[in-house]
Amino acid sequence: MQTVLPGLGQGMARGMVYGVILNDRPTLDRLGPALSQPPYGAPPKAPVLYIKPYNTHAGNGAAVRLPRGAERVEVAATLGLVIGCDATALDEATAMDAVAGLRPILDVSLPNPSVYRPPVRERCFDGSCPMGETLPYAAVAGLEALTLRTLINGTMVAERSLSDLVRPPARLLAEVTGFMTLRAGDILHLGIALNGPQAGAGDRVRLEIDGFDPLEIAIEDAAAEGETP
Amino acid sequence: MKRARILLDGMVHAAVGEQGRLRLSDGRLVDPEAVTWLPPVEPRTIFALGLNYADHAKELAFKAPETPLVFLKGPNTITGHRASTRRPAGATFMHYECELAVVIGRTARDVPRDRAYEVVAGYSVANDYAIRDYLENYYRPNLRVKNRDGCTPLGPWLVDAADVPDPMNLTLRTLVNGRVMQEGSTRDMIFDVPHLIAYLSSIMTLSPGDVILTGTPEGLANVGPGDIVTTEIEGVGSLVNHIVADI
Repeated sequence: MQTVLPGLGQGMARGMVYGVILNDRPTLDRLGPALSQPPYGAPPKAPVLYIKPYNTHAGNGAAVRLPRGAERVEVAATLGLVIGCDATALDEATAMDAVAGLRPILDVSLPNPSVYRPPVRERCFDGSCPMGETLPYAAVAGLEALTLRTLINGTMVAERSLSDLVRPPARLLAEVTGFMTLRAGDILHLGIALNGPQAGAGDRVRLEIDGFDPLEIAIEDAAAEGETP
Repeated sequence: MKRARILLDGMVHAAVGEQGRLRLSDGRLVDPEAVTWLPPVEPRTIFALGLNYADHAKELAFKAPETPLVFLKGPNTITGHRASTRRPAGATFMHYECELAVVIGRTARDVPRDRAYEVVAGYSVANDYAIRDYLENYYRPNLRVKNRDGCTPLGPWLVDAADVPDPMNLTLRTLVNGRVMQEGSTRDMIFDVPHLIAYLSSIMTLSPGDVILTGTPEGLANVGPGDIVTTEIEGVGSLVNHIVADI
């Protein structure tokens, strides 16, 4: 399959960034019986997706401003699959052929224990999707052996192995493209753990993944009313 | 002015409506039947509203929300006037949703309600199909219901804001095979257009090309292959879509 490598360099993805929740065993185990209670009623069947729109996209070194009125944000580490060719109804056995690159992501959000309604207020504020350097997919061996380490001001606050995935990358791609097309340049991330570490103004947050340049961001105070953010 | 993007003889053209015909940017006047209609804008971020008409919220057995129920959609969902939309095999309930689409024309942050119309470029008609079989209570309405390829026809026109003097008093109507199935008025929105622009721009920066689909009134019904679904809004346009089987 002919693929191009989009999204190299800093900042903007060339397309949409689709995020995933409830794709890691620790979060599912922790929420456990709550997922069978109202308002959920039953554990999720299909992958649970959300969108990080263009205004959220940022690069390594970005300053992420707190939404007005917020003192803390969650910072959730994950890895994005950069799609190399338009991908629809992929077969799990060959799904990874559609992946051109891999990109570290820190999903910044307002804490909210509920995942019932789409997280626009929580996850779509400006700059809330800082993304690091893209490596070609072929340059990374053994995706599920990778460890994601999140550090705040130099102290490790979260460590996660991608061996914790409910749907491994190929299966996630197959299931998502079973109901929608991912286009060349889009990013589908592998999922974030919910209710992870929090940071506030002045904190420096760093995501380290072996083989990738670290992704480092600074959390800053909200823009004042009337100030251009 | 009513603006369109069309495909003719292998080329994309900008066009404007002129006495029932299309004036291409190269000066030619062509028959609207002779062209392929593209979405009138290539949307950047697409917002959509759930439960934004009190009657529809009641129809779905929800009490009206206290803050706008907003979700996002990808560009894969958008298709043009007179396109075909695939109904997934095995689905039992696929319904149309006639919605006023607001196209943003300026970069906008923290827009007060009384200045919200200043950032609107124009209006269009959207039909935001939902396949209810796939509803789950996680980030509901979830993407499997609302983010399917070609399930959001948009068009035919982008009508300049100046030509829609009162967007909050327009009749919306959906016809299936010529029979009126859904009828309402934009005046019955729970959160009106200025409120939505103020709300969204208080969360994030809006940009030119962003589109807000403002929700749908009551009157949902299942549609299937062979049905011709026409969603129309007074003074904005009449958007035709064909339902076909998924193959």
